[in-house]
Amino acid sequence: MNTNSNVYTIIYTSVLVIVVAAILAFAATFLKPAQEANVKVETMSKILAAAGVAQDNLSNDEIIALFYNEVAATLTVSAKGYDAEEVVDKDGKPQIFPVSYLKVQSSLIAKGQQDEGKFPVYCFNNGLKVVPIYGAGLWGPIWGYIAFAEDNATVSGAIFDHKGETPGLGAKIAEKPFYSQFAGKSILDEAGEFVSISVVKGGANGSKNGVDAVSGGTITSKAVDTSLRAWLGAYRNYFLACTPMPLNENVEEPSNE
Amino acid sequence: MWRNQAMSENLKNVLLKPIFKGNPISVLVLGICSSLAVTVQLKGALVMALSVTIVTGLSSFVVSLMRKSIPNRVRIIVQLVVVAMMVILVDQVLKAYAYSVSKSLSVYIGLIITNCIVMGRIEAFALGNKPGLSLLDGLANGFGYGLILVVVAIVREILGSGSIFGFQIIPQAVYNAGYMNNGLMILPPFALILLGCIIWIQRSIQKDLQEE
Repeated sequence: MNTNSNVYTIIYTSVLVIVVAAILAFAATFLKPAQEANVKVETMSKILAAAGVAQDNLSNDEIIALFYNEVAATLTVSAKGYDAEEVVDKDGKPQIFPVSYLKVQSSLIAKGQQDEGKFPVYCFNNGLKVVPIYGAGLWGPIWGYIAFAEDNATVSGAIFDHKGETPGLGAKIAEKPFYSQFAGKSILDEAGEFVSISVVKGGANGSKNGVDAVSGGTITSKAVDTSLRAWLGAYRNYFLACTPMPLNENVEEPSNE
Repeated sequence: MWRNQAMSENLKNVLLKPIFKGNPISVLVLGICSSLAVTVQLKGALVMALSVTIVTGLSSFVVSLMRKSIPNRVRIIVQLVVVAMMVILVDQVLKAYAYSVSKSLSVYIGLIITNCIVMGRIEAFALGNKPGLSLLDGLANGFGYGLILVVVAIVREILGSGSIFGFQIIPQAVYNAGYMNNGLMILPPFALILLGCIIWIQRSIQKDLQEE
């Protein structure tokens, strides 16, 4: 057979591509449950890390057990702040929201529709609340988890991750020297007003509302700053509403009209 | 009888040449990028070595099976489709069963497709040889690649982090005495320097590689 004819070449390549596509589709479908389980455990692991729960060298099953042991409930709340509701997965356990869910919620904030959002809050047995943030970095999405102490204003820990920031520069947001700065910072200023936490280029000089930016990672640092402001802003009313003592006189009581 | 002997001589050559005399990294200088990027720790280097070995072996095998039917004009494209399929399969399997390793290797698993060793062996060997022999040739070249990766990774992990497979092997007492991990070791440039040293050592042993 003439393997150099046009007809042969076209048929050959078409059949090859269809066969390869079928093999890959089968493999993707077959491996999907295991991959999704890994992603879920990773999210749990990040949430636990933000809350300061040590989890060195734990297997996936141990992390899952630890997570359900530490986390009392998952809530979702809109920017209105008084419509928190508990969400459970199909097994009745606290729901875990993947990064893809944060992306959807983030687009609501960007469109100014944060009152329709359902932003997750992971409530720990020890009173900590962990909330996610999400935003656009330099090359791809960045996200993170911020743990708040019982006063709903002081950060007890934070952790960040990214899809593909520049290694050695922006990627440093996922490393300890950056995220460990957040512990002890506050999202309220001296007067009790919400100011978020700023990622300051050139150094925050120990401000209780700011952390140092990553040298050489200006755009990624700014992205962290913007995401913090947007997401923590969306949680602001919720934190005010569920704080036992009003932090200032301007707290509006939710009305049920 | 002599034919048999020639066959076994050939087989021996296919299996052993890529390990030292024709090593894809230190002699052919192929696949350098990934060997710089994934050799900070031994665990990542081993998984990468294994992945490349599987991809080169299986791709060579499959292409060799198809070698008589491949239309010559789209030869490279057909090879790429086969290699890409293997790489995606390896990537998906790692994501499902070795998630943390797959995360630390990140894009480099996907980039196996651009590793010149894979295409090089298909073009140079699999297109002209039987499937069984091509499979062995691919595996042997992957092994030769992996060998260099492992050597570089061992040096870098010991000197850069004081550990092997993540286990501390340099005792704390040495650190207390003033020893420090070498920060340069964990950066890619040092992998290049190490590779240079390996090539230097090999060329001083194997005189026929030296240029005039």
